[in-house]
Amino acid sequence: MSFKRTLALTAALLLGATWAQAADLKIGLAEDPDVLDPDQSRTFVGRIVYASLCDKLVDITPGLEIVPMLATAWTWSEDGKTLTMDLREGVTFHDGEPFNAEAVAFNINRSQTLEESRRKSEVASIASTKVVDDNTIEITLANPDATLIAQFADRAGMMVSPKAAAAAGADFGNAPVCSGPFMFKERVQQDRIVLEKFPGYWNADAINFDSVTFLPITDGTVRLANVRAGDVHLIERLSATDVASVKADGSLALDQAVSLGYQGITVNVANGDRAQTPIGQDARVRRALSLAIDREVMNQVVFDGVMAAGNQPYPPTSPWYNSAIPVPARDVEAAKALLAEAGAEGVSVEIQTSTDPVGLQLLQVVQSMALEAGINVSIVAKEFATQLSEQTAGAYMTSQIGWSGRVDPDGNIHQFMTCEGGINDSKYCNPEVDDLLNGARTSNDVAERKANYDAALAILAEDMPIIYLYHQTWLWAMTTKLDGFVAYPDGMIRLQGVSLSE
Amino acid sequence: MLSFIGRRILIAIPTILLISVFVFVLQKLLPGDPVLALAGEDRNPEILAFLREKYRLNDPLYVQYFHWIGNALQGDLGISLRTQQPVLTLIGQKLPVTIQLAVMALIIAVVIGVPAGIISAYKKGTWIDWLANIVALSGLSVPNFWLGIMMILLVSVKLGWLPASGYQPLMDDPLQSIKVMLMPAFVLGTGLAATLMRHTRSAMLGVLKSDYVRTARAKGLGEMSVVVKHALRNALVPIVTVVTLLFGELLAGAVLTEQIFTIPGFGKLIVDAVFNRDYAVVQGIVLCTAIAFIAMNILADALYRVLNPRMRNS
Repeated sequence: MSFKRTLALTAALLLGATWAQAADLKIGLAEDPDVLDPDQSRTFVGRIVYASLCDKLVDITPGLEIVPMLATAWTWSEDGKTLTMDLREGVTFHDGEPFNAEAVAFNINRSQTLEESRRKSEVASIASTKVVDDNTIEITLANPDATLIAQFADRAGMMVSPKAAAAAGADFGNAPVCSGPFMFKERVQQDRIVLEKFPGYWNADAINFDSVTFLPITDGTVRLANVRAGDVHLIERLSATDVASVKADGSLALDQAVSLGYQGITVNVANGDRAQTPIGQDARVRRALSLAIDREVMNQVVFDGVMAAGNQPYPPTSPWYNSAIPVPARDVEAAKALLAEAGAEGVSVEIQTSTDPVGLQLLQVVQSMALEAGINVSIVAKEFATQLSEQTAGAYMTSQIGWSGRVDPDGNIHQFMTCEGGINDSKYCNPEVDDLLNGARTSNDVAERKANYDAALAILAEDMPIIYLYHQTWLWAMTTKLDGFVAYPDGMIRLQGVSLSE
Repeated sequence: MLSFIGRRILIAIPTILLISVFVFVLQKLLPGDPVLALAGEDRNPEILAFLREKYRLNDPLYVQYFHWIGNALQGDLGISLRTQQPVLTLIGQKLPVTIQLAVMALIIAVVIGVPAGIISAYKKGTWIDWLANIVALSGLSVPNFWLGIMMILLVSVKLGWLPASGYQPLMDDPLQSIKVMLMPAFVLGTGLAATLMRHTRSAMLGVLKSDYVRTARAKGLGEMSVVVKHALRNALVPIVTVVTLLFGELLAGAVLTEQIFTIPGFGKLIVDAVFNRDYAVVQGIVLCTAIAFIAMNILADALYRVLNPRMRNS
């Protein structure tokens, strides 16, 4: 009897021990996030941590529909200048402060006025806010802004505790206080970020972990080894070339989603003296380079076919994709004809890139394909900070660079293609495109916006200041014990409904 | 002895100042704009201008330097542009990690390298000597990052004996901390053991041929006593030099090993800081490692005097 009891006790203890272990979810990140203040942060990887730490006014579905989160419903006024949002009742911040219309007003004000804020341009259209009652806020815009709701599905919509933010000022990121499912516990830079379950979370039933630990593991091979060894449960940004080995491993599961962003070659068309090149001055040369590239073969050779070939600022899977302009097939003869027409046979093109080996490999494929059409591509690898500053300053001919992508199409195109766009490094400027893109901002009618974008993309396919190449696919590898993980095109890890089984 | 150490510390001050000027100028010569590197995708010119002003990047170089050194002398090394944590806090977080890794790697190196050197010198020309040399040479030639990944795949993934990477503070859980650090320390230590073995061997070879060793043998002393008491003690001076230099190097951070095993030490911090043009962090760490290196040199000089009485008056 006593032996049996001991046995039962041991079993119970063992079970308890494994269960207790399972209550801490460990996630391997590809980089160490920057400052953890939604108003100040800049990195993609930081947003992955926020998905567990800071709830937003609205969220997205995997199909990119906007759905309620802290705001339960919203309506636009007839003129598109007033947005009224109903807020979820009974929500508190991690410090016990109530979430209400006052808090939303505070957050919008902080995004607009904190000197270090990176959110200013995202909420620039907001002229004023009015607290109607505790759970209703009215947001008045200076001009109609169709992109605003999508901004609220990202960092501009993350609500921080007004009390904590007012007390900490610009140092808020050292101990962030939000209203998400987990609250900040500790951070050791380049080692770990630990969050623990927030018992007062409004959706606590959907959360199955006592804590979550984010471990930045920059080396892709080591990140994968960690999930193989069982030291972490889930890793993000698996290398495309490791997909096959993960699929072959019975203890691992793979999930993927085509991202919202793009990768391409930005051409300097009017950014200083370096724009005075055949490829900078003649759109036919740019179109010839585009036609010389077989995007599918490139995808197969460099990424084992895991990425999505592309030719627009958003992927073919996006509802905003202009299907009248499909991904072009390779056509070397047409490319040669265009070059002959432009008098640019044997033209030389310099492409700068960062020192990342995959990026180099990609351009080597481009290089050999372009050569067959009579374009001599030379590749210049620069360390990323250098590449970025030269690109901004116009000290480049063409540059291979990408964009992580935004939920609203505006975020992928407006700042790059309008004359005064903040990140328009090619300095492309076409008043017609400006009109179309500005117009798409002011309408809340999806069909009307789509028509504007389609028209703009048709012009851009001719002018081609950016030669779009492919869309990254977010890849996650995880233990098969992890249930309920859903892949989202924004690359975030949402822990609602995720659990570990034994 | 004390006046000797005092003198050495005084001489070290201008050296450290020179290093700080040198590093400051060098990193400003690098192309790339820290604010732009920081901005990443969100490059709003208005905010970039504000940040340049905030971090005094518009000031002339010498003004920036004097501002930095002025604060540094008061114990304020500035804040990281990237995470806004004080550099001193960062160093406080990383230093124990780096010291632990360095000490563990060095212990492994000494335990393997010194006996191997003694044995191979003693058995010079025999197969034992050859074997020790081959092992040492492979230790030197195998790159750390390769050995690191292979060990992770074998020890963690296949056998599941040790955690693949990460870090556990020594004070929180000493056993786990040592377990996590064992593989990286081994990878680093075996490389160093090879260097140490070669130095020990050549120092021992010189000493073993000397007259007093023959005299000791002639007196009828046991081989153990001859080798360890008489020969090794005199061979120790060059070995101590190598060990302290190696330790100084380890304190500067083992970049590749830290990267592979995701150890949050100096090496990883400084590489990330250089890529992000996080000037204050680079400056702070270089200052810190320069001081550590010089301290190690002073320690080595002091140890010579303990080991070799003839050096005490020089």
